[in-house]
Amino acid sequence: MSIKVRYFASLKESVGRSEQCLEITGLLTVADVWRVANPDKTMPDNTLAAVNMDYVALTDAVEDGDEVAFFPPVTGG
Amino acid sequence: MRIKICAEPFEPWHEVQAYQQSAISMAGKFGATSIFIGTMRDFNDGDDIQGMTLEHYPGMTEKQLEKIVAEAMQQWPVLDALIVHRVGDILPNEPIVLVAVWTSHRGDAFDASRYIMEALKSRAPFWKKELLASQTERWLLKNTDGYL
Repeated sequence: MSIKVRYFASLKESVGRSEQCLEITGLLTVADVWRVANPDKTMPDNTLAAVNMDYVALTDAVEDGDEVAFFPPVTGG
Repeated sequence: MRIKICAEPFEPWHEVQAYQQSAISMAGKFGATSIFIGTMRDFNDGDDIQGMTLEHYPGMTEKQLEKIVAEAMQQWPVLDALIVHRVGDILPNEPIVLVAVWTSHRGDAFDASRYIMEALKSRAPFWKKELLASQTERWLLKNTDGYL
């Protein structure tokens, strides 16, 4: 399946890219998407995740065509 | 309801006045308007701050803010609400965020606007990067608790 992965703010800087497309097979969770996209980098403890622009748990499953985003705690307002 | 993300400076009082005049369905119905404006300071954590860049997640920002306002409308009898938020490069003394809520009575306006503002701080995908007077940059790691 095809997954679009996006990164924001300090996490974007630390992984060195803002987005990437993954072509993967089998059922995956959000945490699995990180591991496939960043095999040499452990996800920071405070990382938040969203699928199709809604917050999700790292254990949630992803589906073909999903946009998965990883980012640090938000600091707006 | 209106959610507006601005890449340029905005004038919050003008935004409130213009939106209220355009929202003719609540004319004569509202008795209370609660307005919160967040403005950029020139200091933070003991340092002088020269400027700031606000990044956001286009699309998710609007989606989350619409959800937050919808939640407030379920909990309080809100007639209408307006959120304006800056992104991009910001200077001290410029407004960052405006939350305006119109209700029939003041208690609901205070409570709903507080709810929206605190939910925005913890859930809307914005990130601040400060430029210190020393010319170094740093990401804000978290927002302070508004109830402390």
